[in-house]
Amino acid sequence: MEEFLQHVINGVSLGSIYALIALGYTMVYGILQLINFAHSDVYMVGAFVGFYAARFLNIADSPSYTSFFTILLIAMAGCALLGFSIERFAYRPLRNAPRLNVLITAIGVSLFLEYTGQVVFGATPQLFPNILEDSIIFSFGGARVTKMDATILVTAVGLMIVLRHIIQNTLLGKAMRATSFNRHWASLMGISVDRIISMTFIIGSALAGAGAVLVGMKYPKIEPLMGVMIGLKAFVAAVLGGIGNIPGAVLGGLVIGIAEEFVVGYISSTYRDALAFSILIVILLFRPAGLLGRFSVEKV
Amino acid sequence: MHTIRRTFGLPLLMLVVFGVLDWFFPKMFDLYIQTLIIYCGINMILAVSLNLVNGFTGQFSIGHAGFMAVGAYISAFLSVSFPNWAGPFINLNFFLNTVIGGLFAAVAGYCVGLPSLRLKGDYLAIVTLGFGEIIRVLLLNVDAVGGARGLYGIPKYSTLFWTLTWVFICCFTIVRLMRSTHGRAFLAVREDEIAAEAVGIPTTRYKVIAFVISAFFAGIAGSIFAHFLSYLNPSIFTFLKSFDVVVMVVLGGMGSISGSCVAAILITLLPEALRPLQEITKIDFRMILYSLTLIVLMLTKPQGLFGSLEISDLWKKYVRRSASN
Amino acid sequence: MSDVLLQTKDVSIRFGGLVCVSKFNLTVTRGELIGLIGPNGAGKTTVFNMLTGVYTPTSGDIRFLGEGTEGIPPCELSKRGISRTFQNIRLFKQLSVLDNIRIAAHQHTSYTLPEAVILSNRMLLQEKHILEKAFELLKIFNLGERAYEVAGCLPYGQQRRLEILRALATDPQLVLLDEPAAGMNHKETQALMETIGFIRAKFGITILLIEHDMKLVMGICERILVLDHGITICEGDPKKVQSDPKVIEAYLGTSQD
Ligand SMILES: Nc1ncnc2c1ncn2[C@@H]1O[C@H](COP(=O)(O)OP(=O)(O)O)[C@@H](O)[C@H]1O
Ligand SMILES: [Mg+2]
Repeated sequence: MEEFLQHVINGVSLGSIYALIALGYTMVYGILQLINFAHSDVYMVGAFVGFYAARFLNIADSPSYTSFFTILLIAMAGCALLGFSIERFAYRPLRNAPRLNVLITAIGVSLFLEYTGQVVFGATPQLFPNILEDSIIFSFGGARVTKMDATILVTAVGLMIVLRHIIQNTLLGKAMRATSFNRHWASLMGISVDRIISMTFIIGSALAGAGAVLVGMKYPKIEPLMGVMIGLKAFVAAVLGGIGNIPGAVLGGLVIGIAEEFVVGYISSTYRDALAFSILIVILLFRPAGLLGRFSVEKV
Repeated sequence: MHTIRRTFGLPLLMLVVFGVLDWFFPKMFDLYIQTLIIYCGINMILAVSLNLVNGFTGQFSIGHAGFMAVGAYISAFLSVSFPNWAGPFINLNFFLNTVIGGLFAAVAGYCVGLPSLRLKGDYLAIVTLGFGEIIRVLLLNVDAVGGARGLYGIPKYSTLFWTLTWVFICCFTIVRLMRSTHGRAFLAVREDEIAAEAVGIPTTRYKVIAFVISAFFAGIAGSIFAHFLSYLNPSIFTFLKSFDVVVMVVLGGMGSISGSCVAAILITLLPEALRPLQEITKIDFRMILYSLTLIVLMLTKPQGLFGSLEISDLWKKYVRRSASN
Repeated sequence: MSDVLLQTKDVSIRFGGLVCVSKFNLTVTRGELIGLIGPNGAGKTTVFNMLTGVYTPTSGDIRFLGEGTEGIPPCELSKRGISRTFQNIRLFKQLSVLDNIRIAAHQHTSYTLPEAVILSNRMLLQEKHILEKAFELLKIFNLGERAYEVAGCLPYGQQRRLEILRALATDPQLVLLDEPAAGMNHKETQALMETIGFIRAKFGITILLIEHDMKLVMGICERILVLDHGITICEGDPKKVQSDPKVIEAYLGTSQD
């Protein structure tokens, strides 16, 4: 029982990170119908931004909430800038090109970031700075909730609430929803579509940056290819929930996080990386548009 | 007599040519060049076969490495565990193992093609990617083929002759198919599924067929690869390998067989051509340049090198233009 | 009885909560030319989509040649003899005019994939046959010289004609034409009417026609159905339809405001 509870706690913590990254995929997809393969590498860069910032600010070994928030904000800002530039210079020129071209460009950007990362950051893994002391907050029935897990969960949920507020209640959010509903009509209504798309990338990338810092604290080994697997799974989470659907991304992230934790805990860790895809395929066979996606009959 | 020539004339001629080349090449070129030629051939098979799904049928598959892995592992397993099961002739064994590898890959292709009955576009893409990854993880867990350690001691059966022969069979099959009612059915699915159904094309069936044929040849390429490298490891077949093939198809031009071939050669040779740069700077810039080239190409030449035309079409165009001048 | 080609009984369809077509009843006998009219959004195209198996009706029963069509995919229905055109032209745009026709003749070939690779005699024979047939059709429609042009590059009127031609290339018994004259000027419409009459005479095909051009419909249809908001409000010969007050209210009322 306590083992079970522990797995739930770990799963939710992991799932909330997947969800954060999945949000970036789903937001971009909702607006551009683009699988932004570079998103996973924006996440990777976020981890390194955090790494170097901590070193530069000399807070690599002074764990505290101040350090944590400083690093979190810097990483988010760095990723936002990177996401903005990628959109501006690689995707925007292709706005009216066939979707496949944009997709290949996204793959190109992803490879570019990975290989550049290997040259700039080095291919050997680095240790993410210790920016938050870990301790057990409380335990019930042997299952322990650590400060780290609680921070991760609270930060992730907090960011999601902020995102939800932006999308539901602000003018920007309204414009984003309009743009993702129909880009052409949105522009006719006087919405500056390019600006909205930029904002989408900025917000999505910032979330990936936050995810990177959270992961960095929990699993401190960082390297230029660290985004590949987690990015893939986060993307699967987004598809699982119904790509383009924001609550869906959160749901998908949690499902995959918890399922993964259970498979690792009760079956074997070697199947871990296949699990997300297996869940995805099974679910898509029954709900072709994902858990929360709406399947519509094509109008002929 | 006429029929036999029509059916087997070109293939037989090519076999002879390849036989001669196979005998001739080792005397002309060193091992390095031979290696490059074989890698070009493997990539050509991969690119041309993927083009059938992505270029001609208009589906979007990014799991080609998975099929390649199936073919590679099955054929290599046969060669390692049952040497000479089909008699004393090495080449016969190799041929049969390769075909069996291809057939297993085709079965995998069938399984991946099935969800395409319901899924469209990006959903299908992500499922193909997922299948590729699942196959890889399964391989990691099968001890009979070495698991994470990899499979060693695969006999080096792949020769220039076999590589060229399979490249030829692959291109020949697909070119001939595309000139038939079946080829037009693939194209119809790409152009407009609803209209295709309305004129009696069983679109789902053709999607699955495209996946099966494409996977078969990917498996063949895998077998050649395995029997050339002589060891296998699941990490060879990640989705990055699949991306590589997609890039070849797009770079060459979706729906252009000769384009895929040229792009496959370019992408195989590019890193080699850039090798001196790496030696001078002591930094591996090659992959950075490769990805940059990719981005720039997409920004400047979105149709790929050939669009949907073949080399022969371009040649005709060129001749016509220079004639009219 | 054997002359009944198509029969629908109380066919209805809903999208989400919205009823788009309700209790649609129609019996088509061989050789008829029936018009289906109604204001925009009345559900005419939706009826076509149900008849061709693109949409599955929520309730009701469609029989073609006496057999129920429920669950049968569009390509199978096409093989059984229902063919159609689309309101917004759906040609295979990047392919040649000839290939558009030859694709429609796919069901008249029976050679297998391996035969295509080895160029069997059967394959060559069948290919030759459909090539000849395609050119024959193209000639009838005066598209012969355009055979090797890309379909998407044809002028609009010719694209419409090519689509009708493609529908005919499947050797159908029943052809559904969805607004074939849309976007055409008076002269082109006139020519189209003649073509439709000619097709009927030459191929002995039964036609169901959606059209906004009242003149065209009244001129060539023997029987007309009027849909409004998915409900059949009138059925009968052109005279009866023209004088029906409900039709005038629903149809002319909306098109004149
Ligand atoms: N796939 C679909 N999903 C939702 N609504 C649809 C779909 N197809 C048609 N409709 C709706 O059905 C109604 C009838 O459309 P249609 O049959 O195209 O009208 P028309 O008589 O002009 O051809 C319209 O309100 C349309 O929006
Ligand atoms: Mg309509």
